[in-house]
Amino acid sequence: MPSVEIPLEKWTGQVHQVTLGAGGRKTVTVGGENTLPYLHFDGTIPNKTAVAIEIQDIAPADWSPTLLKAWGDVVNDPATWAKKAVEYGAEAILLNLKSAHPDEGNTGIAEAKAVTDKILSAVDVPLIVIGTGVADKDNEILPAVSEAARGQRIAIGNCEEKNYRTVVAVCIADGHIAIPSSPVDLNLAKQLNILLTDAGLPIDAILMDPTTGALGYGLEYTYSVMERLRMAGLGGDKLTAMPIINNVGEDAWKQKEAKVAQGLPESWGDMETRGIIWEEQTAISLMQAGSNLVVLRHPQSVAKVGAAITKLMG
Amino acid sequence: MALTGVQIYKFLPKTNCKECGFPTCLSFAMKLAQRATELGACPYVSDEAKSNLEAASRPPVRLVTVGVGEKKIEVGNEVVLFRHEKTFVHPAGLVLRVKDSDADAVAKAKEAAAYSVERVGINMYLDGIAIENDSKDAAKFAKLAADVKAATDVALILMSSDTAAMKAALEKVGEDKPLIYAATADNADAMIELAKKYSCPLAVYGNGLQEVADLTEQAAKAGVEDLVIDPATRGYADSLDALTQIRRLAIKKSFVALGYPVITFPGEGAESIDDEAMLAGMHIAKYASIIVLDNFSPAVAYPLLTARLNIYTDPQKPIQMAAGVYPLGDPKADSVLCVTTNFSLTYFSIAGELENSGYPSHLLVCDTEGLSVLTAWAAGKFDAEKIAKAVKEFKLPDTLSHKKIILPGGVAVLKGDLEDELPDWEILVGPREAMAIGSYLKQNWS
Ligand code: B12
Ligand code: SF4
Repeated sequence: MPSVEIPLEKWTGQVHQVTLGAGGRKTVTVGGENTLPYLHFDGTIPNKTAVAIEIQDIAPADWSPTLLKAWGDVVNDPATWAKKAVEYGAEAILLNLKSAHPDEGNTGIAEAKAVTDKILSAVDVPLIVIGTGVADKDNEILPAVSEAARGQRIAIGNCEEKNYRTVVAVCIADGHIAIPSSPVDLNLAKQLNILLTDAGLPIDAILMDPTTGALGYGLEYTYSVMERLRMAGLGGDKLTAMPIINNVGEDAWKQKEAKVAQGLPESWGDMETRGIIWEEQTAISLMQAGSNLVVLRHPQSVAKVGAAITKLMG
Repeated sequence: MALTGVQIYKFLPKTNCKECGFPTCLSFAMKLAQRATELGACPYVSDEAKSNLEAASRPPVRLVTVGVGEKKIEVGNEVVLFRHEKTFVHPAGLVLRVKDSDADAVAKAKEAAAYSVERVGINMYLDGIAIENDSKDAAKFAKLAADVKAATDVALILMSSDTAAMKAALEKVGEDKPLIYAATADNADAMIELAKKYSCPLAVYGNGLQEVADLTEQAAKAGVEDLVIDPATRGYADSLDALTQIRRLAIKKSFVALGYPVITFPGEGAESIDDEAMLAGMHIAKYASIIVLDNFSPAVAYPLLTARLNIYTDPQKPIQMAAGVYPLGDPKADSVLCVTTNFSLTYFSIAGELENSGYPSHLLVCDTEGLSVLTAWAAGKFDAEKIAKAVKEFKLPDTLSHKKIILPGGVAVLKGDLEDELPDWEILVGPREAMAIGSYLKQNWS
């Protein structure tokens, strides 16, 4: 009889360990594993995948009715919303500075600073703040956010080729983590990580965002680029070994499957269930490819994905 | 370890007679190493060489067929651990389990088997029904098998540990080549006999990989090689470990005794419907070949079928459309004209919305090498020049009575350039998301 000997995969590298939260806040540490996702028999996985909930600084105008129903009135006040999110199990809050976008209200430095302050005092979990994605605007508001959160080790994005200098400078000055985002490409992700570290940002102050494609909308590309990044990192390339953050909620809930209530084929089934499953499937798939921090929107997904993570940690 | 071309070459006759269809023994050996041909193509390999080469010429995961006809399930033949290394080949079969203790079993089977949903022009459906002998009554089991066979056209799995019940069911549906589930250490001899007698694929269930390997070895020795394996893991962590180890042994070690498709039962390790769906989703990504679900609803089946479509898409070539002008809803010369790229997901997103908008339209599809709107734009493959060229190439100025074209909102920046390229045209910027095109047309198209 053939005897089964499990071939172990021993990697030379490991994912950098990154800790969010400091200065009296709760902390969340991600990364640190020296194996592919959840393969405990191959190596060690010191930290589990963390789950954050996204909130916005203004009541969302374009969110799926399924989400708005789940959250109710709290979306009108970011601080109340953040507290509720922590009750629902958020280990970190992602604050989306939606109102600062030139097309969404174009609020400025004062508003960005005020809402950051507000969330920091409302909850004690780590904070992630995402700007508008418009480089010039982000260069204006993100330094204010950083200053407001000095010493509390928040994570700040978007950090792209066009604005990385500003983000890196404020992260170094105020002790924060930068979130470089690159468009579904291993080399571009690495290149941006090089720019950040060359500019002096410590390697354990980076959470990389490889761009999330939702289920049915580019998931397979994100999945494979993440697997490749992870394998390169474990293979010893320190500049691809950053922990990965996926903004799953944002991409999953903008799709028709999660958003549209009427005029759909019967074969799509119940809208609420479908939307939640859409988010959960995107999360579980990307977790298999190496996600270290998933950002979600629906309370039910937070509970179910959180439970799945606990089970995957064995 | 799989053999390299040079290692294989050592076992060949080295006469370069070309009968295998390759110019030299060496080139044949190279193809064999890539698993692109069969050892049997060379008539001159010695028996000794044959047995040495068996491991190298056999696909690392055996191709197994369950069922007959159009809706048979073909699984296995996978050659990589990670989809980016090449591609995953045979999409995991998604199957619903019904029990012979459930009065609604036939109705449930019928509903699931009749389910189908279209995505990017592909018709997706559930692949089979598993019938479980929960009642422990052989006659009931056989009857349900016969009823499900009559009511559906999908592949069947027969689930019973009782060989008499299995035999009774096989008498009714054996000709449809159902998967016999399962041979265990206790009943292996009898189950193997049944699989042989009815020429059906056989699942083996073992606690731990060694027990599974011993059972497959026993079956293979007895001549039953169309096997599917169940390592008896039901949770997240244990099933991920087992499925990864099985695939790794098969592919990296050419470990024949575990080189078979794997069957999983996510419902057994789940606490809720969401949980079952997530575990199934994990199994789609990580190495299950047949996934037996305990719950069916369209709202869950559709995402799972989509996940499977994503994971099993060939990473080398995006699914794409031919460039051209597509008529949607019988358009006339004065109907709406929209432009998009030829990534099929992009095409079907906007085409579907236009069809439902109540506005018959012409959809101009530019060749962007299968890239989505923003990706193509960022890669310089969807610009004003290209759109203008397509407008002319497909003779739109001749066939239309107007000169108005709607751009995807995501590439609003192209408006100015396109006005330069098509000076007598009116360039409209549509919404970013396809789902908003209907209301956009209501407000902006007269
Ligand atoms: C998957 C993906 C890829 C895949 C390619 C997938 C493909 N076949 O196109 C890969 C990994 C190859 C890739 C590569 C690149 N990508 Co890319 N990619 C994505 C991703 C994750 C999803 C894209 C997708 O499939 N969307 C789904 C389809 C259906 O969307 P769509 O075509 O836009 O269609 C929608 C609408 O536009 C609308 N619509 C379509 N047609 C029409 C027509 C009309 C009239 C109207 C009104 C509406 C409409 O309907 C659809 C549904 O609403 C996005 C980010 C994201 N999460 O969206 C980045 C993204 C598009 N990529 C980006 C970039 C920069 C690139 C690269 C250039 C990076 C690089 N420098 O290498 C390369 C270019 C490729 C090359 N050189 O060949 C950027 C674009 C930035 C920008 N805004 O300009 C994005 C937005 C990521 C980011 N945030 O930076 N990418
Ligand atoms: S048929 Fe056999 S002997 Fe002839 S060239 Fe091919 S491999 Fe060599």
